[in-house]
Amino acid sequence: MRRSLLGRIWPGATAAVLFVVFAFPVYWMFATAFKANKDIVSDTPVWFPKAPTLGHFTKAVHADGFWTFVGNSFTVTLIAVGLSLVIALLASFAVARMRFKGRKSFILVMMMAQMAPWEVMVIAYYMIVRDAEMLNSLVPLTAIYTVMVLPFTVLTLRGYVAAVPKELEESAMVDGCTRTQAFVRVIFPLLAPGLMATSLFGFITVWNEFPMVLILNKDPGSQTLPLWLTGFRSTFGDDWGATMAASSLFAVPILVLFVILQRKAVGGLTSGAVKG
Amino acid sequence: MSAQTEEAAVTAPRTGKGGAPPPGTPSRRAATAAPYLLILPAAAVIVLLLGWTLVKNGMLSFQNLNPRQLIRHVTEWNGGENYTRTLGSSEFWRVTGRSVAFTAANVVLIMVLGCLVGLLLARLGKKMRLLLSLGLVLAWAMPVVAATTVFQWLFDQRFGVVNYLLDQLGRHSMHGYNWTSGQLSTFFVITVLIVWQSIPFVAINLYAATTTIPKELYEAASLDGAGTWTTFTSVTFPFLRPFFLATTFLEVIWVFKAFTQVFAINEGGPDRLTETLPVYAFVEGMGNQHFGMGAAISILTIVILLALTAYYLRIVLKQEEDEL
Repeated sequence: MRRSLLGRIWPGATAAVLFVVFAFPVYWMFATAFKANKDIVSDTPVWFPKAPTLGHFTKAVHADGFWTFVGNSFTVTLIAVGLSLVIALLASFAVARMRFKGRKSFILVMMMAQMAPWEVMVIAYYMIVRDAEMLNSLVPLTAIYTVMVLPFTVLTLRGYVAAVPKELEESAMVDGCTRTQAFVRVIFPLLAPGLMATSLFGFITVWNEFPMVLILNKDPGSQTLPLWLTGFRSTFGDDWGATMAASSLFAVPILVLFVILQRKAVGGLTSGAVKG
Repeated sequence: MSAQTEEAAVTAPRTGKGGAPPPGTPSRRAATAAPYLLILPAAAVIVLLLGWTLVKNGMLSFQNLNPRQLIRHVTEWNGGENYTRTLGSSEFWRVTGRSVAFTAANVVLIMVLGCLVGLLLARLGKKMRLLLSLGLVLAWAMPVVAATTVFQWLFDQRFGVVNYLLDQLGRHSMHGYNWTSGQLSTFFVITVLIVWQSIPFVAINLYAATTTIPKELYEAASLDGAGTWTTFTSVTFPFLRPFFLATTFLEVIWVFKAFTQVFAINEGGPDRLTETLPVYAFVEGMGNQHFGMGAAISILTIVILLALTAYYLRIVLKQEEDEL
């Protein structure tokens, strides 16, 4: 009896403990961001913000050039994700719906490209961008990010395009649509969820990217939020309240998007991941 | 020709119906060219921005490229000197050994703990499963740079929660402990960070994968009197073998080339003792401005990564060859 009671309780109890382990760092980031300074630097941690304050957020937002970083981050992320979606949509349609010589090689190249160790190739990128005299510009950064998320986008969209029944497209064409019209009017609307999920992961990758922008853009006017955040601590000393407020501001867009789209997106990620 | 017959066979009658010109005319040639036009932009940017960079990286690795050559824009080839110097330095081999050990430790932890959490998810009731999934998704979604900052705060010397808890649990020597002062303790923080962020991917996907295993197999196993462990080794594991293979190697790739976490926690310190290969290439190449040397190190890093994942890559390539 005792054993069966234990047997019934332990999975739930373990799950509760694990929930705390996984959620705590995220909670602690927000909690610290809202706490008054004296509660942050106290010898016994204050577990809940007793007198919540927005002071740290004000400080973070008013830090030098914050809005420039925000603008840069959104610019490179949105353009890179948008461009790679357009390019990938064309390619994935060809790969999913057409038979042609070189199709296999194209897919294999995409798979290898998906595993490319970008972090390790930064020196070569630095040299190329420097020789083009485009350091401290958002253009090369956006271009590189587009390519960075492109293979994943192609491979994932391929699955979504293939999942749209061929008959729909064919019947549209029987009704007199050209292939392009059939694509725009029939397939494209059905792809919307797939496009959302795919762009979510592109968004996360680009939003987070750190080594490339660290090397290419030394001028603060052309940097993105990851650099702002890592530099924040050194600028503000050990002001953990402001640093956590800055981290929260950086993390919130991703956390919100991810939690909303997670269910749909995970399927896409795994199919992409298992495929390469 | 046989490659595009299916395409032509499908389009030809339809274009006929739509009143388009008969086969063999420009419209048919357009149909043959269509797939190539569609993949052209993707292929072009990959070749230009990834392929060319790889070639450039290779070329740089055979050059003597220091600030002097950089400023004067001169190209000085020095044969394989960067490679002989790198391969001859004990520092490179130390870093390589360290990277491999670091990757192995992380991947083992991620896979073992991730699988345990995934199996737990499968056993839980609906409510607790939702709760645990929420925790996992939060950790998974946390942007790497933000997570790194938060972990620096958690492991802070004076006011960090970790030191406080360890002190409370009786390890009083941990009061005011400086985690970034030592090699192993810095690696410990980085490992906790990476494992914490990586478990959700393994756990949630494993759980999703177990739901595809037919229930009958488990029933048969329990009729045969199989315990939890036997059920796992005789049903779950063989059924999910491809999943385990793919996930393990993806984690190897991700951990081996992890730059942000290793660099942002302590910049490879103390005394460059926590530099892994990507950070080493960065510090040598960009930090110390021996660009040619850095390029050689990065090529060697890619070679090592390929060697580590060759087994998996071969399987994937073969599988795709059969499937496509």
